[in-house]
Amino acid sequence: MELTYLDAISDGLRTAMREDERVLLLGEDIGAFGGAFKVTAGLQEEFGSDRVIDTPISEEAMIGGAVGAAIVGMRPVCEMQFADFVACGFDPLVNIAGKMHYRLGLAAPIVVRLPSGGGVAGGPYHSQNPEAWFMHAPGLKVVAPSNAHDAKGLLLAAINDPNPVIYLEHKYLYRRIRGEVPEGAYETPLSAQTVRDGSDLVVIAYGAMVHAALEAAEAIEDASVRVLDLRSLVPLDVEAILAAVRDCAKVVIVDEANETCAAGAQVAALIAEHGYEHLDGPVLRVATPDVPIPFAPELERAVLPGAERIGEACRKLLAY
Amino acid sequence: MSALTTVDTRSADSPALKEASDGSASHLTPADRVELLRLMSLTRAVEERGLSLYKQGRIPGSFYDGRGQEATAVGATFALGPADPVCPLIRDLGAHLVKGTPAREILGHYLGRADGVSHGREGNIHFGDARRGVVGMSSMLPATMPVAVGMALAFKLRGEVRCALSFFGDGATSVGDWHEAMNFAGLHHVPAILVLEHNGWAYSTPSSKQFVIDPIERAAAYGIAAAAVDGNDVEAVFEATRQARERALGGGGPTLIAAYTMRMHGHGAHDDGSYMPAAERESWEARDPIEAQRERLRALGVDVEELERAVRAEVDEASAQALAMPPADPGHVLEGVFCEGQPEVLGEGAAPWSGFH
Repeated sequence: MELTYLDAISDGLRTAMREDERVLLLGEDIGAFGGAFKVTAGLQEEFGSDRVIDTPISEEAMIGGAVGAAIVGMRPVCEMQFADFVACGFDPLVNIAGKMHYRLGLAAPIVVRLPSGGGVAGGPYHSQNPEAWFMHAPGLKVVAPSNAHDAKGLLLAAINDPNPVIYLEHKYLYRRIRGEVPEGAYETPLSAQTVRDGSDLVVIAYGAMVHAALEAAEAIEDASVRVLDLRSLVPLDVEAILAAVRDCAKVVIVDEANETCAAGAQVAALIAEHGYEHLDGPVLRVATPDVPIPFAPELERAVLPGAERIGEACRKLLAY
Repeated sequence: MSALTTVDTRSADSPALKEASDGSASHLTPADRVELLRLMSLTRAVEERGLSLYKQGRIPGSFYDGRGQEATAVGATFALGPADPVCPLIRDLGAHLVKGTPAREILGHYLGRADGVSHGREGNIHFGDARRGVVGMSSMLPATMPVAVGMALAFKLRGEVRCALSFFGDGATSVGDWHEAMNFAGLHHVPAILVLEHNGWAYSTPSSKQFVIDPIERAAAYGIAAAAVDGNDVEAVFEATRQARERALGGGGPTLIAAYTMRMHGHGAHDDGSYMPAAERESWEARDPIEAQRERLRALGVDVEELERAVRAEVDEASAQALAMPPADPGHVLEGVFCEGQPEVLGEGAAPWSGFH
């Protein structure tokens, strides 16, 4: 069936809830209202208010409570209304969920869904990409699907994972991207995938930036540009990254997140350490400069990476 | 919303206090009352040994104890069933002992040894025992309150006859987590017992600088039943918790128990507590919870000195076993950040109260 990225997430939640009675949803306005983006539309009707729980505006209680439910056998999935609000639930994620298995040998299988990213005139509090905060915290997995198929498959993998998983769903892709999505349950592995073949240069990206990278690659006619979709940031698919470096020798890394210590910085560091001998040029990064995401579309376009900036970086590196 | 019940056992006129202080609490057998004393004495003996090992330089890092507060941790946890998880705090070694974590594993943990309960991954009072339903504290207080509320929510949703208990301190009520957990617990009417250890001090800051309104007064604002209790009276704390558990299991929702007590040491071994007024310390010293329970049992003809000797012998043996444990193994230091395979859920602990047998 062909679904939008958003409907694929909804289908993933519905599939998980039908297959596993331990799965319950917690979030603000997710019940009868169906969530700010309607990802949970119809789920409370189907599964009841005990399994689709409207919470008060309480990210700490929601995530901390989810950890409590998880350690006694539930599989809670929390929705942050916007990824930005996860800052309010940072402590239970980083200090309780992330450290729990190492400290206590106790698994905390929770999923926290983060509607993330810019390009929607959301301004400084509705546009962020906070994935690196959690990459830096031991014990948390971080995934970021770029297409409808992976959106459902990674969500099901996250729900079935015995660990806390941060699931970044990009708001810009919600209704702009559609794709073929299998019915029923399946899991997308937490590994990278080549989404465009090429041998002269590889663009490494994830989330919405995969589409910007594909657009940039299509526009380059005189070289063969590969695009690697990371899909998972923790664990990071080091083998796939290094294989792409070996094959292509030139690397552009794209982050929609702010540049400093972004996921791409970790990818660049891995390549510098383990792929240096295979490089034919500097590793170039395209990311959002270290500013809050501004509201006005003109300002937002000026800071968010797009196909144009990615294309420029590719051409510069191809000419190196 | 259920009717709220507030039982104030601090007042000398309160029938509840009279019942507790004259030792006539009907839910405890003589053996239970001896066991309460034994667990408090064991708590103090393990902590005294820990402090001694710390002063000898054998325990690295820092050391924290709960001297003076043994009755609160022991009394409250003693009312829990085997399947009721507990989230203890820094002054609640007694909760771990009630749930059955062996003293040798605790002393081995203090020492950072391989066979200590945390295998060297945690220090001092920061540990839990997943095998026994004990969720270890984090330093961000009261971060385990939402966790306990979440466990209780799961029990309610699954129709299980059990509850979750989290301790928290008076200082922790200033933190946002506390409000979120109280609000969530009241709203979802979960089977949770929230035990305030009101010792009057958050490190060196008195509660007069933490809040204007005592936390027990705030419970009603969340639709949560409240009970005040003498935190130095182990039988009174037990009884308040037993009633709170009965309410929780009967669908009556959460209870906040305010146990008024006093920390007789500084915040940690590095802290002499000199900021605490001498008169306040002395008045609480005279109300030592262990001595009070000894008095009660002596009146019943119990040989409390013999019990004390047995506790000392147990701790001597546990200490020797802990000191013989191998050091933590750096070969495993990177393991276990993530769970692989099917996760095990929180286990069940000991439940020594005769009401469960």
